Amino acid sequence: MGKKVMFYPGCTLKGVAKNLEDSTVESARVLGYDFIELPGWTCCGAVYGLAQDSVKFTIANVRNLIKAQNYGKEIGDNRLIAVCSMCYNNLRRAHIDVMKNKDKLKTLDLFMDEEANYEGNINVLHYLQFLKNDVGFDNIKKMVKKPLKGLKVAPYYGCLLLRPEEISIDDREDPHILEDLLQLLGAEVVDYPLKNECCGSYHTVDKKEIVGERTYKLVSVAKDMGADVIATSCPLCFFNLDKRQEIAKKKHSEFEHMPIVYFTQLMAIAFGLTSQDVLHFDKHYISPEEVLKKWL
Amino acid sequence: MKYTIKKDPHEDERVQKIIEISGQNIFSCYQCGRCSSGCPMAEFMDVLPNQVFMFLQEGDVDTLLNAKTPWICAACFTCTVRCPVGLDLAAVMEAIRELQLRKNYDYVDPYKVDEREELPPIAMVSNFRKFTP
Repeated sequence: MGKKVMFYPGCTLKGVAKNLEDSTVESARVLGYDFIELPGWTCCGAVYGLAQDSVKFTIANVRNLIKAQNYGKEIGDNRLIAVCSMCYNNLRRAHIDVMKNKDKLKTLDLFMDEEANYEGNINVLHYLQFLKNDVGFDNIKKMVKKPLKGLKVAPYYGCLLLRPEEISIDDREDPHILEDLLQLLGAEVVDYPLKNECCGSYHTVDKKEIVGERTYKLVSVAKDMGADVIATSCPLCFFNLDKRQEIAKKKHSEFEHMPIVYFTQLMAIAFGLTSQDVLHFDKHYISPEEVLKKWL
Repeated sequence: MKYTIKKDPHEDERVQKIIEISGQNIFSCYQCGRCSSGCPMAEFMDVLPNQVFMFLQEGDVDTLLNAKTPWICAACFTCTVRCPVGLDLAAVMEAIRELQLRKNYDYVDPYKVDEREELPPIAMVSNFRKFTP
């Protein structure tokens, strides 16, 4: 049994992003941690409300933080790990928001009269931060069984791990944390100038053409830089960059497809976890099997 | 794009509402253009992000309520983190949307969304939170 740490999966990891959940939990297990799903977690709301006069976008997140506070006391650990960029962004912003605006917290505490008040001691971390600061990159290196030597990866952060500034997991204009991890797994990291540019996000629901154009640009530049795959941590970026290649190809005949993977899948492969129960390549529109077969 | 000073923005109720909802001092914008130059969505917009502030400062809210721009902004915060005077542009875009959404306006009809089986839940949740009341 490894050390117990609270894990917030989020709704998407339970369905279309099963490949992200399983590769995260299983790679953490290799490193000696048992990711325990936060009991009774609810949806994070996906986007944080920006209206100053409203608390409706904060309430679900504070509820989750209170649940983490209760369970954290049981297992003696105040860390709450999220791997989906949207979940991380929301939980972290809610925490910072209510810590800064005590009036808001008071309003919410009064509203949620059945729950305990939020004490503000939950440490919301993204899996990458946890790997770097808590596990330690040196310890990860020791567990690499199949170095991804020769695999050219474009690291893609998207928006929500880096912006707004208060929640950024690394330098917001020139982050390195994902590159450092990928290099440690033996992969060759290509310089990817669009690594922190938006993929089009939720416009994928009602303005697919715009997201198709964004995908065309993001994938073509990665290709030009020599990448074999793009690695990301956000299920929405993943969906857009993967599935919307269909639209990109329709509009631009010279466009070449490229598989998209989660960084956790690459980590799992490097740790020797190559079972489809962990990797779930059936969840990909463009299968990465061909590109990764050397290590599978 | 035509600019006309419509009304003293200090006396315009809707400009004041946008300031209140966003919590931003829209008068501090001095048109450096850094927001528009870095915006990944700018090519799809009819009014550029810096022009949004120009219209607000001129009290021309009608142009903004009829523009596509607030509904094209993806709230990626690239402009917000780069603004030299620290304006949260994403919050201003949200306030312009809120002016309409709070009147029970549906920009997206959830019942007309196709691919519902395939779309990740976070895509739909975030889209409906931004585009429905």
